[in-house]
Amino acid sequence: MRPVYMISGGITKFAKAHPDKDFRLMVKEAFDYAISDLPGLSREMIDGSVCSYFSDHFTRQLKAGAMVQDYIGLCPKPSKRVEGGGATGGLCFHSAWEAVASGRMEVCLAMGFETMSRVNTWKGNEFIAHASDTNFDYPVGGFYTGYYAMMVQRHMFEFGTTVVQMAKVAVKNHGNALHNPYAQSPGKLVIEDVRSSSMVATPLTTLDCCTMSDGAAVAILASEETTRKLCSRPVRITGIGCGTDAMRMADRPHGKVILLPHETEEDYRDLKYPGVHSFRGGRMAAKLAYGMAGITNPAKGLDFVELHDAYTSSEIQTYEDLGLCRYGEGGGFVDSGAPFMPNIDYGLDFKSGHWKSVPVNPSGGLLACGHPVGATGLMQAVFAFWQLQGTIGKHLRDATLQVANAKRGLIHSHAGTGTYITVTIMESAP
Amino acid sequence: MRKAIKLPETEEGTVLFGVDPIIIKHHYEIDYIHSYAQDSPFFTGLTKKKLLGSRCTGCGYVYATPRGHCMECGTKTAWFELPLKGRIHTFTTCYFGGEAFLKETPFTLILVEFEGADTLFLSRLIGVAPGDARIGMGVKARFLRNCKFKPTDVYFVPA
Repeated sequence: MRPVYMISGGITKFAKAHPDKDFRLMVKEAFDYAISDLPGLSREMIDGSVCSYFSDHFTRQLKAGAMVQDYIGLCPKPSKRVEGGGATGGLCFHSAWEAVASGRMEVCLAMGFETMSRVNTWKGNEFIAHASDTNFDYPVGGFYTGYYAMMVQRHMFEFGTTVVQMAKVAVKNHGNALHNPYAQSPGKLVIEDVRSSSMVATPLTTLDCCTMSDGAAVAILASEETTRKLCSRPVRITGIGCGTDAMRMADRPHGKVILLPHETEEDYRDLKYPGVHSFRGGRMAAKLAYGMAGITNPAKGLDFVELHDAYTSSEIQTYEDLGLCRYGEGGGFVDSGAPFMPNIDYGLDFKSGHWKSVPVNPSGGLLACGHPVGATGLMQAVFAFWQLQGTIGKHLRDATLQVANAKRGLIHSHAGTGTYITVTIMESAP
Repeated sequence: MRKAIKLPETEEGTVLFGVDPIIIKHHYEIDYIHSYAQDSPFFTGLTKKKLLGSRCTGCGYVYATPRGHCMECGTKTAWFELPLKGRIHTFTTCYFGGEAFLKETPFTLILVEFEGADTLFLSRLIGVAPGDARIGMGVKARFLRNCKFKPTDVYFVPA
């Protein structure tokens, strides 16, 4: 396999609705941004693309990827669609990586979008719930927030995680987004705002959940030779991993923890794993990506993380899967302030903890940026790319969210109740 | 040109939400011919007030939500009758939902654990006020008299 670099990226503003733009035009906007951001790169140099969008129901258009391909002028070059629920964007990024790593392409475009505004929220919830077993799950619950609520109830039971700790995640991510003009719902929140917003599924309130969005994002990946010619500040993809779990939450086993290099079996003697409280697929993805990138202690080896916070609860669960803290410590990790940006005043008092500061979702994450499914995993890649280039100030027109001296970051894309999960390690490559 | 050659028109119009850009209402609905296939005996069981799980004939793994083949070893499973009493493994009360279930809110979802089963079963809990469900609470199965061949033909109440 050859080294692969990200050389440019672009995103549209994420919004509740973009009725003035269809999916083709949104991708075109993000694509044009990426092309114009790298002098020397042109449309003609792109050898092919991978297109990422989740739901044909939302788009009301089959083969939408083909329409994007022709709209941005890439016909008759190779293209395909990748779909894997909420992890669609992460899987698309990996597919583009494979195209370059294998030598099949010198330059590959990963492009993603979702237009979720074309139906009402309750119909959208119904579409999304069809991504659960339609024999045994959908007819009973029919609601993803309900599934995540059951998972976090068990996390609270096992580990003592609290709704206040979850609310702090919402305060963090909406607060970060105040400095991100691409974000859908920035806001200065207090814990009480989160707890007093309307209850969706106990204990998750509206502000514990991400929103549905319209938006697009693209990432352009290239071989080392092409990168050297074109890009003075490339970012190298040093690790990729993917993990899976059973579609039905009811089928999750109770076995042993998949250990990361810095953990021992002693750490989890009495923990039945993953149960419904943790994401085994996320742990598997992290283990593979860390192995490839040579990371032995993730909390020490990462400068920031952009993870799939569809819910405040799943952000806490994911800290543990990624090994930023031990299983069971996610709530305390929040209380310590470790995942917060050190230069922003959130109006919260932090308790001293033993964890190193690792800003998580400096962009505002899904909770505040929005979650146009097929674009989300690529949006994370773009923000991580800008962080590692040190160009957050240029692209966001505000440098507040620039993580100081960011050398290595992690992005994490997540589907279903943890059925497909991808982890990607990206490093600045001067 | 013969004026008589023209497409017949109807009085039907289009629901319009906006003109800049033009936003119209598009209706779409579909009836599937859905087969439960190898999961069918579970739904037959519900008509007899039985809760059927499956047991792996190779490694012995026991599934409270049935599947035709074992996800641990790939061997074919055999049907068996689950006990009608279990405990709440986890729960939530939904105040919002997918369109099809909005009229049923608030409703309480539970994952049920059974003695001797390695996996869980998703169901509705009835007869417990929102906020009163607890992990570990004993529950028992009840069945609809008029079967709809849906997993909601069985639900749980406090034991």
